[in-house]
Amino acid sequence: MPAQASNAPPPILAESVTKTFRVPEQRSHTLKERALHPLRRSGHESFRALTDVSFDVRRGEFFGIAGRNGSGKSTLLKCLAGIYGVDSGRIWMNGRLSTFIELGVGFNQDLAARDNVILNGIMMGLSPREARARYDAVIDFAELREFEELKLKNYSSGMHVRLAFSVAIQVDAEILLVDEVLAVGDAAFQQKCFDVFNQMRDDGRTIVFVTHDMGSLNRFCHRALLLERGSVIHLGEPHEVADRYLELNFGRDPEAAGAARDARGGDGEARIVEAWIEDESGERQSSVTQGQRIALKALVRFAVDVEDPAASLYVLNEEHVAIVVATSQRENERSGRFSAGAQALFSFAMDNVFAPGRYSPLFTLAHRGTGLDLMDRFDGAFTFVVTGIEAMGGVIDIPVEVAIERQPLSATERVQA
Amino acid sequence: MSSRVATHEHLGRPIRGPRALTDDWSRFWHLTYNIARNEFKLRFFGSALGYLWQLVRPLLLFGVLYVFFTKVAHVNNSNLPGQEHYGAQLLGSIVLFTFFGEATSGAVRSVVDRENLVRKIQFPRMVIPLSVVLLALFNLALNLVVVLGFTLAEGVTPTLTWLELPLIVLTLAVFATGIAMLLSALFVSLRDIQPIWDVVSQVLFYCSPVIISVETVREKLSPTLLHLYMLNPLAVVFQQFRHAMVTHATISVDGALGGWVAVLEPLAIVVAIFAVGFWVFNRSAPLVAENL
Repeated sequence: MPAQASNAPPPILAESVTKTFRVPEQRSHTLKERALHPLRRSGHESFRALTDVSFDVRRGEFFGIAGRNGSGKSTLLKCLAGIYGVDSGRIWMNGRLSTFIELGVGFNQDLAARDNVILNGIMMGLSPREARARYDAVIDFAELREFEELKLKNYSSGMHVRLAFSVAIQVDAEILLVDEVLAVGDAAFQQKCFDVFNQMRDDGRTIVFVTHDMGSLNRFCHRALLLERGSVIHLGEPHEVADRYLELNFGRDPEAAGAARDARGGDGEARIVEAWIEDESGERQSSVTQGQRIALKALVRFAVDVEDPAASLYVLNEEHVAIVVATSQRENERSGRFSAGAQALFSFAMDNVFAPGRYSPLFTLAHRGTGLDLMDRFDGAFTFVVTGIEAMGGVIDIPVEVAIERQPLSATERVQA
Repeated sequence: MSSRVATHEHLGRPIRGPRALTDDWSRFWHLTYNIARNEFKLRFFGSALGYLWQLVRPLLLFGVLYVFFTKVAHVNNSNLPGQEHYGAQLLGSIVLFTFFGEATSGAVRSVVDRENLVRKIQFPRMVIPLSVVLLALFNLALNLVVVLGFTLAEGVTPTLTWLELPLIVLTLAVFATGIAMLLSALFVSLRDIQPIWDVVSQVLFYCSPVIISVETVREKLSPTLLHLYMLNPLAVVFQQFRHAMVTHATISVDGALGGWVAVLEPLAIVVAIFAVGFWVFNRSAPLVAENL
């Protein structure tokens, strides 16, 4: 944990931040609508997005804000950035602020890189002189020197993202607010982003990072905050936050059971009623031996007629990393039609290559397509233990053939020797 | 934890959420200028004549109106005073009105069209309508060069009253800015503003001395109606342009209104519209990101 000067105020301090959105029930945008339905205007619903959120971020800290979709984490970030005003409570900042809510905001497709880089720099708070001075560094970092004369619309999406990211990091802000911009780009680019953020953190900058990816939360953050329905439910070590997050999501915590029932997810057109793990002989088990054949099974009941459902399995280890992900859609995209009341058993059989330890499977059931249109999400309410004679330390133990062969030296190497 | 530090006096810069203006005026100006500059670059991107179109457009309108109203419709009664150099008067008024139209009509959708910026970056919101007005000012500057060239070519001799030009432009710019602020803020929640303003600006075009000179209007209207006509700030601006820049034979604004004190009335309207526009925009600025 970075040390904090005792007297200096923290880079970010939020005190009892509360934010309510007024959501008109019926948006009336034209005079005619207003004239015909004069009473409709009164129909406002207020939606409490943040309730009494207090925290501080220490200098040089990588601070995570976690929460499920709709928990208020992006709203909180926008309040910190000054894009939304808060209803009550106060926020203080110490240091120059830069916001990465979206990369390349305000880029104009018809202009060349230079105009866009300079305007974006000014947007982020640079003076035009500073922005011009940094242009070369930006273009070089983005590796776009040979394309600098091109209009942005002729850039590939990868080039676009590279340019936007280079602009963003050239602003030497002391405090960075980062929304899930890292969800874009390929794995290599994401790694580059994280390398940059780690470098910035080592330089003593303060970074606030909004995510629902517990992997990056664990990897990068010093501390984290967990939001649920606009309230802080945990503030502390990232692994504690990650645990609470998964409890919330998968409803393992009795305290959060109410929330989890709502959050079981999916449209409920089908439900996974039961899930279990079987060994080679088809017996249900709670512990399985490494190297055997195992099968994870889920029994599904359909509430309405469903066409081509797909089930997915995630096996998470104790660090909540998905070790195995499989989907029925791969083999059976057209799984057929299931009428209301029908039941189906989805079975995922595999060699038990898991490293010794405890695992928690998670099943999801989706409509055919992207796999995101969920009918149900089920944590299985069970865990299983893998036992093995030797743990090599990897997350999986697949059979590896190891060989050692002596190699004759070549003539030149013999001479050098 | 926060209560411990909250007792300190200096906690840093309070974050107050989005506002219309800012303390950082240099950033405010740089943003306004660079947005307007990029728009200017884009305006004629890919067209063969480039920004020459900015000059050609009012000239074409001028050509049509000039031929029609001098050769066909004979609106200028040559018995009245101030009818010489009608071409220069008409062109100047058209160019000034073009500025007004660009600044106001361009501002209507400006905040909504820049939704992406408004929702994702903290910056003083007033930058948006002001950059539209600034862009129109760039174009006006170009066009005024042509107008002055044309005026000299018509044989008008420069006089000391040409020094009034910056004041005339300033009055018009303040008026246009007030309307730009008002319209861009209202359009966020009331989308009818666009067609309404299209009609209103047409009406303003014909209710101002662009084609028909104040002298001709004065022949037809009662003094009360003439006074009403001259309360329109555009009428004041165009007429003073004709008087100061083209020929002193046209009636001056104070002449038409009956004294310099009465000139304060249309000027008060300009100030009032600016104030209302500012107030409305300032009031809607903190919530505009949520209401879009």
